[in-house]
Amino acid sequence: MSDQLPALIIVAPLLGAFLTPIIGWWNRHLSHPWVLMVLTIPLYAAYSSLFKVIKNGPFGYNLGGWAPPWGIEYRIDYLSAMMLVLITTIGFLAAINAKSAGNTEFKGKEAQFYTLFLLQITGFLGIVITGDLFNVFVFLEISSLSGYGLIAHGEEGAPMATFNYIIIGTIGASFYLLGVGYLYMATGSLNIADLATLLPALYHSKMVLVGFAFFTTGVAIKMGLFPLHIWMPDAYTTAPNSVSTLIAPLMTKVAAYLLIRILFTLFKPDFALSVVPIATILGWLAVAAIVVGGVKALAQTDIKRMVTYIMVAEVGYIVMGISVMNRAGLTGAILHIINDACMLLCLFLVIGAISFKGHGREIYHFQNLNKKMPLTMAAFVIVALSMCGIPPACGFFSKWYLIMGTIVAKQWVFTATLLASSLINAVLFFRIIEKAYLAPPEDVAAGLDHTEAVIITRDKVPLTMIVPILISAAIILILGPLSGKIIETVIQHAVPAIF
Amino acid sequence: MTEYILAKYNYWIYVVLMMIGLYAMMGKRNLVKKLIGMNIFQTSIILLFVSTGVKKGGATVPILMHAGHEHGAQLIQVSDYLNPLPHVLMLTAIVVSIATTGVALATLILIYKRYHTLEEDEILAIRRESRAYKTPRILNPTD
Repeated sequence: MSDQLPALIIVAPLLGAFLTPIIGWWNRHLSHPWVLMVLTIPLYAAYSSLFKVIKNGPFGYNLGGWAPPWGIEYRIDYLSAMMLVLITTIGFLAAINAKSAGNTEFKGKEAQFYTLFLLQITGFLGIVITGDLFNVFVFLEISSLSGYGLIAHGEEGAPMATFNYIIIGTIGASFYLLGVGYLYMATGSLNIADLATLLPALYHSKMVLVGFAFFTTGVAIKMGLFPLHIWMPDAYTTAPNSVSTLIAPLMTKVAAYLLIRILFTLFKPDFALSVVPIATILGWLAVAAIVVGGVKALAQTDIKRMVTYIMVAEVGYIVMGISVMNRAGLTGAILHIINDACMLLCLFLVIGAISFKGHGREIYHFQNLNKKMPLTMAAFVIVALSMCGIPPACGFFSKWYLIMGTIVAKQWVFTATLLASSLINAVLFFRIIEKAYLAPPEDVAAGLDHTEAVIITRDKVPLTMIVPILISAAIILILGPLSGKIIETVIQHAVPAIF
Repeated sequence: MTEYILAKYNYWIYVVLMMIGLYAMMGKRNLVKKLIGMNIFQTSIILLFVSTGVKKGGATVPILMHAGHEHGAQLIQVSDYLNPLPHVLMLTAIVVSIATTGVALATLILIYKRYHTLEEDEILAIRRESRAYKTPRILNPTD
């Protein structure tokens, strides 16, 4: 049984997705418990895979018993096991949240919603677990297609944002496919481990170089790296809250994982160091992403749209950590993948809860919100502190490593950008916190007499919403002190030994 | 020059088709034309992959004769056989492209129901107008 765990990670949510319409058709109230039940299987399998990797080192799983490089191999090493745990955990929390958010946003279509929800998670898990380049493309499209379907159900403007996302996302996926094609023409193999041994002899072949260019561009589109981020703010702002909770934290992170895989596993690190100036290009794009993301976020008054621009900047952080090409930087990038996913999950959960209670998403709607939703706003403050990089929260630790990486690489502009971005984040979040906590009460502001003060009623957030919010806020606080342990047991093995 | 182009004409067609597709996706303002451009773009990639499997000079389908154990291991001349793998990969890619087209068409229906047009400029104008009046509407597919 335990030998088959890698297959279960994919098979359970995939089969579960096909059974969801039947169960939802039978009784639509059963589809939510059913999804939670299905998701416990990959959750358990991912955690036990991670412990297995920590104990015995990376292992492979031959799908259908066909040995690589002919068969499809599922490859679980430190990085992918870590990503599996991240995806299943966030997927599970988002699924709990979907009960109240999704059931109102997709009223009468719960079964279809949960089907796509499971397919989306399957796609993410598949990209991470597989060791086959073409299989990555298939899973990339599974996750993208279910994402299109989910996002299109959002508010005003969602179909248009989805259509733009489809066009740009398809270009990204097609570029990735072209990259696979060029590498296949050059080597005749699709297995990542096999290609890694075949490619070094061909590093100066034009075909391989073109393939590499298509790979990075395609992945950068999926990741929303500046200037290819244009689809992202619209799509994630207009998406239903239950959907952006799942997709926004994970899609960019999975694509960042793919970029790390391509740069450091498929191609050896010396390819990026000596053959193509990819590190320089990515580094300056990251600077642009952080600056543009931060400035555009400052210009927004809608908090959900503001968060999507923060995402643009956060993608910049990760890419910057990759681009400095040293141990500290890459450690920071991988750590930031975990931390940023948790922070974004918490942020979108909070936004979902606020919208669910009928409050607007504009900043002025946050006036005195702490009295109405104290727990939700407490979680929001924790995320805000983490985003600004204040120590007990996890955001500080990944930023610390990222800044160390830029200092080791002597890239002072990068260091300055990272520090300035923390300041921008502080401004972004403290103006909201100020509104929520420090603004004068509504009655004083309205000039009412205190004897007839407005009684502020507390909004009761449903349990299925407040529990994921509190768990994710707790994760943010716990991950910080734990980050030394995470780096020691997992991330330091995921960073290529050459650094 | 002409010979150079003719010798690898399928790859040239792939490049031309791809550029047509990219142009249609970026240059055209009608959403259906964008979608058609996307299809052309995907088809060009299929053409590239299928081209790579072809070998000239009487190569045949890879059915291994005498592959059983009683004849012992046999060396296979790779140049004698067509490569079927790119074609198989493209079967999957075709399925993906059909699914993408389907989702895109469904999205277009949603857009048309909302704005009663598929011209990007007109939709943007309508959206700018509705934003000016601050009338957010929740999506209701029945209207």
